[in-house]
Amino acid sequence: MDDTILSIQNLAIEFQTSSGTVKAIRGVDLRLRRGETLAIVGESGSGKSVTVKAVMGILSGNGRVTSGSIEFRAAQGEAVEKLDLLNMPRKARRSAVNGKRIAMVFQDPMTSLNPVLSIGSQLTEGMRLHLKLSKMEARSRAIELLNLVGIPEPEKRIKNYPHQLSGGMRQRVVIAIALACGPDILICDEPTTALDVTIQARILELIQSLQRKMGLSVLYITHDLGVVAKVADTVAVMYAGKIVERGTVNDIFYDARHPYTWGLLSAMPDLETSGDELYTIPGTPPNMLGEIQGDAFAARNRFALNIDNRVEPPMFRVSDTHEAATWLLHENAPRLQMPPALRERIERMRKENNAS
Amino acid sequence: MNDKSILNAAGQPPLLEVENLRQYFRISRRQTIKAVDGVTFRIYPNETYGLVGESGSGKSTIGRSVIRLYEPTAGSITFRGRDVSGRLSADDEKMLHTRMQMIFQDPMSSLNPRKKVVDIVAQGLDIHRSYASRAERSEKVFAMLEKVGLSRDHANRYPHQFSGGQRQRIGIARALIQNPDLIIADEAISALDVSIQAQIVNLMRAIQKETHTSYLFIAHDLSMVKYLSDRIGVLHLGHLVETGSKEEIFKNPLHPYTKSLISAIPHPNPIVEKKRSAAIYDVRASGIDYEKGSLRHVEGTHFLLAADDEFKRWTKGA
Ligand SMILES: Nc1ncnc2c1ncn2[C@@H]1O[C@H](COP(=O)(O)OP(=O)(O)OP(=O)(O)O)[C@@H](O)[C@H]1O
Ligand SMILES: Nc1ncnc2c1ncn2[C@@H]1O[C@H](COP(=O)(O)OP(=O)(O)OP(=O)(O)O)[C@@H](O)[C@H]1O
Ligand SMILES: [Mg+2]
Ligand SMILES: [Mg+2]
Repeated sequence: MDDTILSIQNLAIEFQTSSGTVKAIRGVDLRLRRGETLAIVGESGSGKSVTVKAVMGILSGNGRVTSGSIEFRAAQGEAVEKLDLLNMPRKARRSAVNGKRIAMVFQDPMTSLNPVLSIGSQLTEGMRLHLKLSKMEARSRAIELLNLVGIPEPEKRIKNYPHQLSGGMRQRVVIAIALACGPDILICDEPTTALDVTIQARILELIQSLQRKMGLSVLYITHDLGVVAKVADTVAVMYAGKIVERGTVNDIFYDARHPYTWGLLSAMPDLETSGDELYTIPGTPPNMLGEIQGDAFAARNRFALNIDNRVEPPMFRVSDTHEAATWLLHENAPRLQMPPALRERIERMRKENNAS
Repeated sequence: MNDKSILNAAGQPPLLEVENLRQYFRISRRQTIKAVDGVTFRIYPNETYGLVGESGSGKSTIGRSVIRLYEPTAGSITFRGRDVSGRLSADDEKMLHTRMQMIFQDPMSSLNPRKKVVDIVAQGLDIHRSYASRAERSEKVFAMLEKVGLSRDHANRYPHQFSGGQRQRIGIARALIQNPDLIIADEAISALDVSIQAQIVNLMRAIQKETHTSYLFIAHDLSMVKYLSDRIGVLHLGHLVETGSKEEIFKNPLHPYTKSLISAIPHPNPIVEKKRSAAIYDVRASGIDYEKGSLRHVEGTHFLLAADDEFKRWTKGA
C-alpha cells in the first residue's frame, strides 16, 4: 500500500527582486510517509524554509511557484482524500488544513507570537476555533500542553506575555500551539536551535511519542546532525534549491556519496573532536540569480570533475533507499573516496555501535 | 591582591570576577522572577569560559548584567580590578564600554539596517573619537573587516546584502575594533548552520591567539562549548551548580543536572542515538534545594554546588 501523506513533485519557485529573478527552488521532489520523520538538511539559503512555506501556502508576495505540485493525502476514516495544496482556495485551506491538519513551528518564535496577547489566549484560540472547545476546556488543555512541553508552573505562566519568557520558553509555547489541534503533519523549521539540550531532548522525545500514539508525520528542518541522528527515519540533503542526496538516516551517516554531504558531516564537531581547526566547506553557496551552469556545487567541490562545470548531474541510484546527484556515481567516473577524517569518524561510530 | 589562590597558573589575577550576583525581575506584586540567584565565577585573561544551562536558567541575564544592561539586584562584579556593579562613574562607564563587548545571537536585529557596514563597525571608534582623520577611521575599519574574513569592498554595503554568517562577522568586527579584553558571545553561533558555525568558531580562536582576548561564551550546543571553552560553568534555575575545566566537567560530571545535560547531547550516530534516551533530572522530585548548598571545592578548578550530605554522595564514586 502507498503510505505517502505528502508528495512534492518537481517544485520550482522564483522570487522577483530589484536585482532580478531569484530561482530559489529548482525542481524539488520529496515524499513524506505516514508516521515517519523526514529531515531536510543543508546550508543557509539552500531553500529549506521556502520549500515548507510553499506547503503551508505562505510564500511571501514576491514569490511564485513556476512548476510542480504539492499533494496532501488526508485520511478521512478509512478513505484517503487527495488535496492539491497549490490550487486550493485560500479560505478552504485556512479552515480545513493549516493549523488543524498541517501545523508548523517556525524558525523564529518571536515572529509567530503576538507580543500583546498573553500566551494563554494564543494557545486557546486555535482550539476554540478548530476543535470548538469551551473556554474552560481550552484553558485546561492549554495548561496540559504547556506542561507537556516542559514549562514549569503552567498555571502561572499562562498569564505571561511573550517578552516575559526566555527565548527557549517562547519556542516551547510555539510548539505547544502547533500541537494543540492534533495535526496529521507537523512541520518543524529549526524548532530547537534556541533550546538547550535537555529541553531539546524532551521536545524531541515528545514529538516521537506523539508520533507513536497518533501516527503524526514530521518534516523536520535542522542544522544539527545530532538531532537528525536522533529523530530522522529518512534524510534529504538540499543544496542551491535542489535535493542532492537522499536516503535512510543510516545511508546518509555511514555511507554518504555526495561530496556536499561529506562536507556537512565533516564540519560538525563530535564530542571527540579536538585540535585547532574545524573543517569548513570552502567558499559560499552560489548566487541564485540567473542560470546555474553544470553542478551548482562544483566551484566549492575539491572532488569536482570536468563534466561538473558543464552538465548538471542527474540522480544516481545507490540502493532502493539511497540516491545522490553527483557525477562521481557515474560508471565511468574515477573511484574517489570520502575524506580520510570523515572515514575515521565513521569507523569510530561503527566501533561504538558494535560496543553497544 | 594578596590572596594568591585566585591567581591562574600563569600567575595572573582574574579579568572578571562575579561574586554572588543576583538579578531579580519583578513581574507583578505577587510574581518576582529570580533569574540569577547568587552566581559566582571568574574569567582569566586569554581564557574562554563557557556558560551552559537550560533555557531560562539565566545565561543571557548574566551576560547582560555583567555588561551592565541591567542594574544588578545584589552581588559584585569586578572587571580589570574595578568594581562595576554599583553606580558607574563616567570613567568606569567608558572603560566598561570599550574593554567589554557583546556579540548577539541574531546578527540582523543587532545591526542597524540603514547604516553602511563601515559606519556600523566604526561605531565604537566614533563614540570615543579614536582616530585623527576620516582616512584613519576607514583604514581601521578595513583592517578589521579583513581580520574577520570580509573585504574592504564590503564596507559600503548594507547588512541585508550579506548572508547570515557574513552578518555575524560584521558583529564580530564591531566588537573587536575596540580591542576589548572581554567579549560576551550570547548564542553567537546558534542561528548559523554547521559549516558557518565552524568558520566563526575558527575565527574566534584565531583572534584569541592573536589578541589574548577572553570570551564569555554562552551557548546551548555543548559540543561547540566543549570545543571552544577552557572552563565551563553549568547553570540551573539561576544557580551555578558546577564549574570546572572542560575535562573536569566532561570526564567527571558530578552534579545530577550536569550529568543529565551531558547525557542529553545528541550524538551524530543514528544507530546509537536511536536507542539512547536522556537521563531525566527533576529538581523538585530529587529533593535538592539549591539554597541549602554552597559552592564546594572538588579538585583543581572543579567546584560543585552541594550541601554536606549531597557533596559526600555525589563525589563518592568519583
Ligand atoms: N522573499 C524573498 N525574496 C527574495 N529571495 C528570497 C525570498 N525568500 C527567500 N529568498 C531566497 O531563497 C533562497 C532560499 O531561502 P530559504 O529561506 O529557503 O533558505 P533556508 O535553506 O531556509 O536557509 P536558513 O538555513 O538560513 O534558514 C535564499 O537564497 C533566499 O535569499
Ligand atoms: N526583562 C525581563 N523581565 C522579566 N523576566 C525576565 C526578563 N528577562 C529575563 N527574564 C526571566 O528570567 C529568566 C532567565 O532568562 P534568560 O533570558 O536569562 O534565560 P537564558 O538562560 O538566556 O535562556 P535561553 O537559553 O532560553 O535564552 C527567565 O525565567 C525569564 O523569563
Ligand atoms: Mg530557513
Ligand atoms: Mg538567552
